[in-house]
Amino acid sequence: MTAKTLFEKVWEAHVVRMDGDVALLYIDRHLVHEVTSPQAFEGLRMAGRTPHRPDFTFAVPDHNVPTTGRELGITDPVSRLQVETLDANCEQFGITEFAMGDVRQGVVHVMAPEQGIVQPGMTIVCGDSHTATHGALGALAFGIGTSEVEHVLATQCLIQKKPKSMRVTVDGTLAPGVTAKDIVLAVIGKIGTAGGTGYVIEFAGSAIMDLTMEGRMTVCNMAIEAGARAGMIAVDEKTIDYVEGRPYAPNGNDWDQATAWWRTLHTDAGAKFDAEVHIDAASLQPQVTWGTSPEMVTGIDGKVPDPAAEPDAVKRTSIENALAYMGLKANTPMREVTIDRVFIGSCTNGRIEDMRAAAAIARGRKVAAGVSAMVVPGSGLVKEQAEAEGLDRIFIEAGFEWRDPGCSMCLAMNADQLAPGERCAATSNRNFEGRQGKGGRTHLVSPAMAAAAAVTGRFTDVRDLT
Amino acid sequence: MQSFVTLDGLVAPLDRANVDTDAIIPKQFLKSIRRTGFGKYLFDEWRYLDQGQPDMDVTSRPKNADFVLNQPRYQGAEILLTQDNFGCGSSREHAPWALLDYGFRCIIAKSFADIFFNNCFKNGILPIVLPAKAVDDLMGQVKAHEGYRLAVDLPAQTITTPDGEAIPFEVDPFRKDCLINGLDDIGLTLRHVKDIRAYETQRKTRAPWLFAGN
Ligand code: SF4
Repeated sequence: MTAKTLFEKVWEAHVVRMDGDVALLYIDRHLVHEVTSPQAFEGLRMAGRTPHRPDFTFAVPDHNVPTTGRELGITDPVSRLQVETLDANCEQFGITEFAMGDVRQGVVHVMAPEQGIVQPGMTIVCGDSHTATHGALGALAFGIGTSEVEHVLATQCLIQKKPKSMRVTVDGTLAPGVTAKDIVLAVIGKIGTAGGTGYVIEFAGSAIMDLTMEGRMTVCNMAIEAGARAGMIAVDEKTIDYVEGRPYAPNGNDWDQATAWWRTLHTDAGAKFDAEVHIDAASLQPQVTWGTSPEMVTGIDGKVPDPAAEPDAVKRTSIENALAYMGLKANTPMREVTIDRVFIGSCTNGRIEDMRAAAAIARGRKVAAGVSAMVVPGSGLVKEQAEAEGLDRIFIEAGFEWRDPGCSMCLAMNADQLAPGERCAATSNRNFEGRQGKGGRTHLVSPAMAAAAAVTGRFTDVRDLT
Repeated sequence: MQSFVTLDGLVAPLDRANVDTDAIIPKQFLKSIRRTGFGKYLFDEWRYLDQGQPDMDVTSRPKNADFVLNQPRYQGAEILLTQDNFGCGSSREHAPWALLDYGFRCIIAKSFADIFFNNCFKNGILPIVLPAKAVDDLMGQVKAHEGYRLAVDLPAQTITTPDGEAIPFEVDPFRKDCLINGLDDIGLTLRHVKDIRAYETQRKTRAPWLFAGN
């Protein structure tokens, strides 16, 4: 038997047919949210089609939902119509929806693993680029456009060319205070935002396997920021323990049969990748982005780069544009950059472990004068759990706002936005121009680093606070 | 889907790398439940000086005169020429919808982000990857000559410059066929519904837990 990669094993189990080098790939679970689905459902109706497998499709509103005053409903009529359209489409086509007001509602990529909808070895798609998150469970998960959402609804398949494969091996032990988020930011810094284009990345190595499932999800979540179709991590006992007992997880005989297959979902010794990248975990510091792309990143001891030192003209212009937008001067140490806002949440870092890491820094401290900070749990269940552990009280006593679950200021589609020129330490995944509000300046960091910035008013090495 | 065969169009240069889909169409416009009407908000934060909101009357908004698409010489452009990694970031198909609605039918770049690249083909837009040198040359030509046009021939897979030089480009044969014939891939896939059912039957025996119902 030839040695296979994790990706090949999952891919091959889902090929329905081949036409030349184009595969018709079967999709096990289709996740749907309100922003990228209305036109797809409309397309189905116009063509007189119905979903092929409504039972494999799960929906949740997340992008437009308010994170305060939820009992009043959605006040913005355009947002409300979009959420109501999702409700109506799910109702019409018999799709399970975790609607607003359901405690299970949350960011789609937090909700789905939490419910056990996502399982090892599955193919999973969603009209959302951060679908890559689910690869942390040894699934093949990727984001698709709305036309493809319609295609999957109608056929439960996707037309795909087999991507290339890359292995990013992170070996060694992380220093205390350095997290999954810092690993993935460092990977993107190393390979660039287009470095993974055309690839599925398998994250491997002892530092990756030492991460919790939450940490692994953070890493895979940002595979797309390196341009990759998907991120994946081998299945181990941690993965299986994570899935066990969740509402949609297999039971009884099914469980035994499922886990027997899941335990084969790792790359065989000797399997070949099209590209390999190595990173030494011990060399990593907590990371902070300084620019308008996730690859524009440095360690906390680093400085804002000097465009004059960049020989490549296109890159030099990008750095100049980024510094102008970010209002930063070349060579400023990151530790001297002060902030106005803090956002802790999103599908990258809105899980219970992230809440705990931020609370550990916030405990007994106060948000710095002039800074406003908010914590937005990734789902209603994360919120419940955090409250059961008393984390909400730690945040509130420290002066953070404690909100209801949703995408919130990750993309600022609801009322949670930066004002022009405001600088934010954010645990989300994109620091693009205008992402958190027109003129807003986003720096991506881990939850602990975001909390450290909140209580000191500037970027601070979290290790100085512990 | 509108088919794409040939196009002789005015070219506009967007001389930046890593143009992301948040820049192509900012999130506040994603609240629409329609597929059309996004063209007026294309590159909203670069095109206008104020903060755009859905259903705003764009004719009275202050324009950013420095932004390339606001220059009179590029009005009516149908071909966008740009740098590396165009369309990175969010999977929003609103980005190609906005480009198409504005009037772009073809985008030439050094490279594209995967999901965006895919989304273009589903909407009758032809994304063309050219070597860096060729893009740099064209970028220089477009900027130097007002009214610069290119003739794109998809069946022949060539781009012809005003002085008659034909630049070849690659395109996946399946996607080329769909684009030339304006084919809807759902219809194509549904022709294989027997294969899909057969797959489901055999998968059910190997992985029954997937079909266990909830
Ligand atoms: S939290 Fe942010 S990145 Fe994640 S799904 Fe929501 S908007 Fe997208």
